[in-house]
Amino acid sequence: MKLIVAIIKPFKLEDVRNALTREGVVGMTVSEVQGYGRQSGHTEVYRGAEYQTSFVPKLKIELVVSDDVATEVVEAIVEAARTEKIGDGKVWVLDVAELVRVRTGERGAEAI
Amino acid sequence: MHYNSGDTAWVLASSALVLFMTPGLAFFYGGMVRAKNVLGMLMQNYVAIAVVSIVWVFISYSLAFGPDIGGWGLLGSLHFFALAHPNQTIPGYSGSTIPPLVFVAFQMMFAIITPALITGATADRLRFAPFVVFVAIWSIIVYAPIAHWVFDPNGWLFKLGAEDFAGGTVVHMNAGAAGLAIAMVVGKRRGWPKEPMPPHNVPFVLLGAGILWFGWFGFNAGSALGANVLSAHAFINTNTATAAALLGWILVEKIKRGKSTTLGAASGAVAGLVAITPACGYVDLWGATIIGLAAGIICALAVSLKFKVGLDDALDVGGVHLVGGIVGALLIGFFGTAAVSGANGLLYGGGLALLGHQAVAVVAAGTYSFVVSWILAKIIHKTMGFRVSADDELEGMDTALHAETAYELGGGFLRSLASSGSPEARVGVPQDPPLIDLSGKPGERR
Repeated sequence: MKLIVAIIKPFKLEDVRNALTREGVVGMTVSEVQGYGRQSGHTEVYRGAEYQTSFVPKLKIELVVSDDVATEVVEAIVEAARTEKIGDGKVWVLDVAELVRVRTGERGAEAI
Repeated sequence: MHYNSGDTAWVLASSALVLFMTPGLAFFYGGMVRAKNVLGMLMQNYVAIAVVSIVWVFISYSLAFGPDIGGWGLLGSLHFFALAHPNQTIPGYSGSTIPPLVFVAFQMMFAIITPALITGATADRLRFAPFVVFVAIWSIIVYAPIAHWVFDPNGWLFKLGAEDFAGGTVVHMNAGAAGLAIAMVVGKRRGWPKEPMPPHNVPFVLLGAGILWFGWFGFNAGSALGANVLSAHAFINTNTATAAALLGWILVEKIKRGKSTTLGAASGAVAGLVAITPACGYVDLWGATIIGLAAGIICALAVSLKFKVGLDDALDVGGVHLVGGIVGALLIGFFGTAAVSGANGLLYGGGLALLGHQAVAVVAAGTYSFVVSWILAKIIHKTMGFRVSADDELEGMDTALHAETAYELGGGFLRSLASSGSPEARVGVPQDPPLIDLSGKPGERR
């Protein structure tokens, strides 16, 4: 099992969700996050005073998938989230040691 | 005594409109501070309502509008202490068509919002109890005398011929000068201007500005003290100047930065309301439009001055209220017209006399307010300690001074579980059996 974590531009959420649905992914967790990479923030102006805001709003998507589909799911996210402009985000994949469905107690790939 | 019921009804309604401006101001300011300080800001404004309400009816009303002491036009006597002689005609108001107590109520709302305006300059760093003491004393020794000079027909500036229809000098310049004085005494916020301190809720600022705009019709049109042609002039002038100022401010932003901002629109509206306040019953449509536009442009430029002089006027009470008040008060000297009411200004054939009187009022009110406020703040700072500790300032006014937080973004539910006992026991909900018993089939509960 793999945990896929994707940081994307907030307005790309629907595109990514539709792409994942087409891949057969049935669930995900989304959180609002802030951060920066090479984009390194943006400028806000309040009553003429400029503030360099170093943290830019992004969405973080987390989902667990079985090993055999992980590559395609990552590819689907990357394709859907891409605008080819700076700040498109990152996707990374981690191994998952254990997974349990709380309602039934099922374990491993059964619980996905 | 024959009172006019229409006039009385309008001034009573105006009094309520003006009271509503202070909660509006609280949100205008509250949105501009950081999230950890919003309750501290709201609390200062609400407690100002309470403190001045009491001080006004007992003492400061009489000092402002009681019979003049010695004929010098400097201060009223305590003849109306605790609203004694409530139905006696107020000296200088023999032609009034409203009961004296209605006038007491209307003027009270002005006395309330003036110290509330100061809180923007000193945001995020005043201790609470010293603030309460400051407001009470300031109402008596700063607000009441200036109100007497300018508003009372026996006051020296009124007799001189200085015009202030609804409080450009008494309310706005006064609050602006006092705000700068206290900000000087207590010093700047820790980290200013290096650390960013952007507004935490810009929608609050716009909501507050809207409430101010709405309430300001009571402030300005109500100052005609009747429902008549003059109040209609004041109403139209107020709205026109405010619109022009809003456009002026966002135009400056567009030219300087390429983008107009919502905070700029709200700020421009308030700058226009401030500037037209002294002038609304003395100028025609041309005067109102130019005063508004000038205030929007000048105040938009003036708010950056604090960075140049290193004075942390946190929410620009100086840049908007002091500067806007001066702009309005002085431009009466150019645009005043007897066709509406009062004297003719320079551009309407009245010569320089009116401009001279306006300048005297601006200097006198500004200087008195700044000097006495500075001394009072210094005394409170030395005796009680006006400023919060470094730790409290870092923690924020809300938890440090009031043991509350404004927002529980996502954490509210978890926090309720984390406190001792079950959530039901903690909030004291009676543990009655549920109306529909579902407990037998937990698996099917949806």
